[in-house]
Amino acid sequence: MRNQSMQFKARAHSALADVRLQSVLKRFGSGFADKRAAAREAYGADAFEALRDASAAIRDRGLANLDAWLLRFEQEATRRGATVLWAKDTAEIRCHVLEICARHGVKKAIKSKSMVSEEAGLNEALEANGVTPVETDLGEYIIQLAKEAPSHIIAPAIHKDKEQVSDLFAEHHHRPRLTDTEALTREAREMLRGHFLSADLGISGGNFLVAETGSVAIVTNEGNGRMVTTLPKVHVAITGIEKVIPTLEDLSTLNRVLPRSATGQEIENYFTIVTGARREGDLDGPEHMYVILVDAGRTRLVGSDMQEMLRCIRCGACMNHCPVFQTVGGHAYGWVYPGPMGSVLTPVYEGIENALDLPQAATLCGACEVACPVKIPLPELLRKLRERQMQAGLRPWRERAGFRIWAFAAKRPRLYALATRVAVRVLKLMGGAKGRISRLPLGSGWTLGRDMPAPEGRSFRELYAARRAGSGK
Amino acid sequence: MHSGRRVGLFVTCLVDMMRPRIGFAALKLLEGAGFEVVVPATQTCCGQPGWNSGERTSARALAEKLIGEFEDCDYLVAPSGSCSGMIKTHYPALFAGEGAWLARVEALAAKSWELTDFLLNVARLELPPGRFSGTITYHDSCAGLRELGIKQQPRRLLAKMPGVTLTEMKDSEICCGFGGTFSIKFGEISAAMAETKCENIAASGAGTVVLGDLGCMLNIEGRLRRRGDETTRVLHVAELLAGESD
Repeated sequence: MRNQSMQFKARAHSALADVRLQSVLKRFGSGFADKRAAAREAYGADAFEALRDASAAIRDRGLANLDAWLLRFEQEATRRGATVLWAKDTAEIRCHVLEICARHGVKKAIKSKSMVSEEAGLNEALEANGVTPVETDLGEYIIQLAKEAPSHIIAPAIHKDKEQVSDLFAEHHHRPRLTDTEALTREAREMLRGHFLSADLGISGGNFLVAETGSVAIVTNEGNGRMVTTLPKVHVAITGIEKVIPTLEDLSTLNRVLPRSATGQEIENYFTIVTGARREGDLDGPEHMYVILVDAGRTRLVGSDMQEMLRCIRCGACMNHCPVFQTVGGHAYGWVYPGPMGSVLTPVYEGIENALDLPQAATLCGACEVACPVKIPLPELLRKLRERQMQAGLRPWRERAGFRIWAFAAKRPRLYALATRVAVRVLKLMGGAKGRISRLPLGSGWTLGRDMPAPEGRSFRELYAARRAGSGK
Repeated sequence: MHSGRRVGLFVTCLVDMMRPRIGFAALKLLEGAGFEVVVPATQTCCGQPGWNSGERTSARALAEKLIGEFEDCDYLVAPSGSCSGMIKTHYPALFAGEGAWLARVEALAAKSWELTDFLLNVARLELPPGRFSGTITYHDSCAGLRELGIKQQPRRLLAKMPGVTLTEMKDSEICCGFGGTFSIKFGEISAAMAETKCENIAASGAGTVVLGDLGCMLNIEGRLRRRGDETTRVLHVAELLAGESD
């Protein structure tokens, strides 16, 4: 997918000016966050915190010996009849999938949700090579019709309201326009049924890879994942190498924390564990199963001071709790992954110089870290990326100079006292009778949307010194 | 628990410049609670702006300076969750792996307190000297809330004031959009977040919003006035508790 995160500010500006989007974002608001809070409460707050600790530990255990677990996964999956392919970058993902399509004469591919396939721009590649991709997750289906990218990793069409979906369906389904949510869903279901039955290839992601059994675990709410992985004669699961976990026992722990953190569900409607292709005597399942294990930037994090990011299980809790995401929506971020996790992943995968705004576009409020089911210290990682930007000379000279001047003065108390003495008087004057400044020469970012309350006119240190002198202390 | 009664008041750079009366309110509360309060005259900034912006060198220099200024006190108290959070939770990261420095940092972090936390849990303040009559709503500042667990401390102190009625706003724990340099770099987003906060404040029906950090204070007050709200008061919890709000 083309990275447009360098246009974050402009995209955020458009998002803020989009009345319809703003209304959708306001309505969505803290919906998922409230559901997560209720699920945590129902589970028991202390028990849930223990579950987060255990989940983080499981992820760390997998990552500590990532190479060994991946080889174990390959061995077990191969033993059970799957073919394991490795992709060092997104170009290799496209190559592998197109080769599979050619080998099996694929004309139509049905897909369940896969963010890694978004990284690879897989749908465009398939179309360009004569294969029709059909997204079968309802949200993904909607945005495929709209020719848009997901705006949220688990709720890809969250930026659209029902009216927009009605219009899209009427336009593409050539049927009378429906307005009832259930009727709309039923119509999408009818449309997809034919695709499910006629597709030659099923493409899925993978929420977890279980090393000890060579299984791919997939969670969905619509059952489309199960159809995609069982109906067509070929199934390809595409997922990042970091998704490997050692055991089924680990899977059971992580599958308690994932749905609760994502949508507040105790368990998702469908939980599928796919282990190899169809065997003798199996009633269903694909004749061929492939697993594509993707690096595409992930190994850069292994062993680095940002390895914690690889714990991510793609639940979306960080964006559900992020006030910046809630204000501008996911498309502003400009690449596959939005919100706090995306603001870390985009610069790491796409190059720090190609996503300069994202690590800065956070108030470091910490809401994401508290919600993260695997305790990724997201604010800390964003701060580290800011440090890398600074070290690489990627910040504007005015910003760097500003810090140097500030630090130079703040290290010299007498100079600092003098400078602030002047500053507070000037600002007080600028504030006038109303005591507030509506336009700051060097702070237009601030005064664009709010006033700056003027200072009292004398600094604490002046007043305190005067008081001490007065009382003879 | 320390046995000494000598508190070093870290006024914070924003209080020093923008709202000195909050510094005096903190002073009054601490002295009123029977502590000897020293205000190191050379203090400036804790280094957080540099730290949060990836400018480690300046953050480090200012942290060293602050440690030298306050380490001989029994306590360091600041009327800010953000600056206290910097000292308590981020200084150790700033000096990670440096044995000698780290020992000093950890000693200082252990005796550093956010003002309301200190007043409630160390000073055991029973009767705040302030007099106030009215309905307030409380905005939880992010760093205080999530780095230091400041949530009930200000509320319990305010509950000791007979004239104060607290009505909680919707989403009091959600960031107001300040975020330090974020407020300048992404002014438009920051102001939109502040607007959401102001809507929640207005909907609470309270005439006064109380909080514990200057950044949030300037942001919220600035947005309230810009949106035409001339009456809702924005007060630091210290002002209210000390009765220095006029």
